[in-house]
Amino acid sequence: MVNESDVEGIAKLADISISKEELGAFTSRFNDILEYFDILDQVPPGEEGVPDLGNVLREDVVTPSLSQEEATANAGGTEDGFIRAPRVM
Amino acid sequence: MEGGYIFDEKDRHNAFISTLDLALFEPNGGPLEGIPVAVKDNITTVGIPTTCGSRILEGYVPPYDAHVVALLRKAGAAIVGKTNMDEFGMGTTTENSAFGPVTNPVDPARVPGGSSGGSAAAIASGMVDLALGSDTGGSIRCPAAFCGVVGLKPTFGRVSRYGLIAYSNSLEQIGPLGKTVTDVNTLMSVIAGPDARDSTTYDRLYDHTPNSDVKGLRIAVPKEYFGEGVDPAVAAKVQDAIATLEGLGAETVECSIPSMTYALAAYYVTCTSEASSNLARFDGVRYGPKVETVRSWHDEFRDHRGALFGKEVQRRILLGTFALSAGYYGKYYAKAQVARENVRRDFIRVLKDADVIAGPTMPSIAFCLGEKSDPLSMYLADILTVPANLAGVPAISVPCGTVDRMPVGLQIIGPHFADERVVDVAFAFEQEVA
Amino acid sequence: MDTDQQVIIGLEIHCQLNTKTKLFCGCSAEFQGAPPNTHCCPICLGLPGAMPRLNKQAVIYALKVAKALNLEVPEYSEFSRKNYFYPDLPKAYQISQYDKPIAEKGYLEIENDEGHTKVVRITRIHLEEDPGRLVHKTGRDRAGYSLVDYNRSSIPLIEIVTEPDLRSPKEARRFLNKLRSTLEYLEVFDGEREGAIRVDANISIKGHNRVECKNISSYKGVEKALNFEITRQRNLIRRGQYITRETRHFMEGRGITTSSRSKEEENDYRYFPEPDLRPLRVRSWLDGVELPELPDARRDRFMRDYGISVNHARTLTGDLKVADFYEQIAGVDPNLAATWVADILLGELNYRSMKIDEIPAINIGDLIALIRDDAITDKSGVEVLRTMLDHCLNKEDCPMPADIVAEAGLGKVKGGEFDAVIASVVEANPQAVSDYLAGKKGALNFLVGQVMKETRGRADPKVLNAQMSTYLDALEE
Repeated sequence: MVNESDVEGIAKLADISISKEELGAFTSRFNDILEYFDILDQVPPGEEGVPDLGNVLREDVVTPSLSQEEATANAGGTEDGFIRAPRVM
Repeated sequence: MEGGYIFDEKDRHNAFISTLDLALFEPNGGPLEGIPVAVKDNITTVGIPTTCGSRILEGYVPPYDAHVVALLRKAGAAIVGKTNMDEFGMGTTTENSAFGPVTNPVDPARVPGGSSGGSAAAIASGMVDLALGSDTGGSIRCPAAFCGVVGLKPTFGRVSRYGLIAYSNSLEQIGPLGKTVTDVNTLMSVIAGPDARDSTTYDRLYDHTPNSDVKGLRIAVPKEYFGEGVDPAVAAKVQDAIATLEGLGAETVECSIPSMTYALAAYYVTCTSEASSNLARFDGVRYGPKVETVRSWHDEFRDHRGALFGKEVQRRILLGTFALSAGYYGKYYAKAQVARENVRRDFIRVLKDADVIAGPTMPSIAFCLGEKSDPLSMYLADILTVPANLAGVPAISVPCGTVDRMPVGLQIIGPHFADERVVDVAFAFEQEVA
Repeated sequence: MDTDQQVIIGLEIHCQLNTKTKLFCGCSAEFQGAPPNTHCCPICLGLPGAMPRLNKQAVIYALKVAKALNLEVPEYSEFSRKNYFYPDLPKAYQISQYDKPIAEKGYLEIENDEGHTKVVRITRIHLEEDPGRLVHKTGRDRAGYSLVDYNRSSIPLIEIVTEPDLRSPKEARRFLNKLRSTLEYLEVFDGEREGAIRVDANISIKGHNRVECKNISSYKGVEKALNFEITRQRNLIRRGQYITRETRHFMEGRGITTSSRSKEEENDYRYFPEPDLRPLRVRSWLDGVELPELPDARRDRFMRDYGISVNHARTLTGDLKVADFYEQIAGVDPNLAATWVADILLGELNYRSMKIDEIPAINIGDLIALIRDDAITDKSGVEVLRTMLDHCLNKEDCPMPADIVAEAGLGKVKGGEFDAVIASVVEANPQAVSDYLAGKKGALNFLVGQVMKETRGRADPKVLNAQMSTYLDALEE
């Protein structure tokens, strides 16, 4: 079981804002689903599967890049070829 | 020189998010020359907006083609539009689209199934004969069953995922939907095969002509596919279909898949975990509606994602974030991987003694719009489709009659790389009842 | 040192591997100086639907490092996603390795503070991708924002993690130097590239909490950051205060560390296996990985083959390019070449911020030959060297030593050639001459010095001394 403040913490970790009004309903549905997931406690101890193929590798050969125009075409904001993002400081 | 296909069909069921009035194609003598094909909107297309049914990708025009799209173009196909879907593939009804729900062409008061509901509806309504969908936990087979068309989820690794906008990488495959098994076979032969850009593909081409001979075919019938939660009328319809195959010379054996008990939970833990990581990149910096840059990045990212992701997407991202978080990884994600391995082993075991597994695709007929308002009850509807994704095996849904005038799907599941065999069994059934 | 004050240091070092292309896409890794966002494709931009493709060369480089650092390669390794948000990280996760790294449990030998051989254990190495680069913009009338360049996104990094075996900042620095030279000998790394190496250091005083010090991006910075931290932690302990277990950032410019994150913002990276990549099964490849001669072996060979001192051998082999340079000219005279390269040339280059590959070895070889053949004095040799380097620094053709000697008239003055100078100095300094003749032998040094001055150091002092004495003694008669 998680409470509303747990859900807020998870939402913070996932960088998603959830409004105070939605939080109660969200938490209760979240708990319904987690309760269903408890069925996994019945899984007998065992091994995780290991993918069968291995060593899928590429040679170190240069392939063409996108042009700066193509690379930044979908960006919301650009400046001198850079893409704009919110500040980190 | 280019050919053009004029696509002026009226979209009565909101099957498309974007359409091209004039769809260009290469008149190159390819197997799909000039044939209109619809592509699910989570498959990247150069120059055509690709939204995944989400507002967070509104206006995004990819600079590259998915591998399967390049193959379609090479085969001469005319890509007429991008089909509507549950946002990022997260749903079983195609009601979770930012561009409005798709309605079922058989009964517009009902859902077409999901998440490739647009692709199935486009075929069922006669707008196109062929469409691409993607199947993470049933997203091709469910709408095929609900709309009365054919849909194949290929063996994991048989079709390149390069350019499929990831929801749950380890589970999903792009696959064909069509009016007939022959359509599905044709489309599969165009899209299947190895791709260096998808490291998880196998070196297996698909070059097949459907064969309707099922004499001596051993069909395993798992009791879990006809048990609690499956509408008895649907179960009866599917039993009839299996009997039809017996009439054609197939044998049936009863079997059990004990890991079905926790398969659905294992599926939802895995897909939400992977989704929480896959969908973290949608922050409005490089594509999609732009993020504000007034406040610092955490605040801006949070509000951007809080405003533009739909509720179901947010719920799944949070579930997955939780399932991977410190202190819970062992209880959820790690446990789900063990469960998944058990499902895989169960399928391998059953399919050692049988050629295919048969059962219903969905436990019921199509729901009414708005009927499944509770997320958990919606998840439970995926119980019969998710095992094939967990095991990585091929599965096809072929129409097998109606209940209350709504289509029912017969699901045929085969061992790894036996995509041709499940197509053959579906073809045999289709030919017999046609 | 007081054992209660024992310093315990472990390092996590991130080095860029010098592959031609990025770790997960075919974009060129030669992005230095390129305009922003010109070395990018759907994969390294994290465009929806793109999938990673692992660079084989990066894997081979990692195996070379594994072999050189005596690591074990497990039968099976895999990539994992490290999930965190930051505007320079296009997918909001970094493809890295977590619980199944490519190699584990090795060691590297260094010299400790007492000059003895010390084994530093390596916990693990793993491959991962670099994020993009951020430029911070601050406006006067509006809030600041960031500008992102994804050219660096997906450049291959190798992370090397040590056990907490280092005991002083100097030792940490020596470890890094040794590691750097080893990686350069392996030709997998170019330490001169900007941002080529980044270090996180874990540091504690025995019996107290550990502090992680992030964001150190130079060799000097490591020593500085560690010294600062040790002083800070010791001061806290002296005052009876508690050392908080935390992450601190090193501010290179100010030479200090600052507390960077509060507890609640500690990241939970939610690692899980990368579903778009297949695992690696490369243990058997290790047999095919051939190692070049590494620094220690080369040092020993230099001592053996060239008969030079351990200190010279160590200095010369500490840098691959210096060692190669030395070997090109050692044939002229191994000891003279060792002295001139290790004791003089490196200092002169450093003074000019020049690299050894900016000067042709043949020029230095010729210079050493002139000294060996007694054609010029050591003093003139230094002058010739400086003239040569100054020309190189100004991007002019590097002149040959013989030409500089001829043009500046630096050839050693020989035999009768400077009789005239001696005569004129004797004539101009009657007082010194009479002092000498009166038995004040010190006056000889003065007179010799005057001749040296006149000939601008071209005279051999020993020869001159003898000639001057003979000349003066002749006067007396």
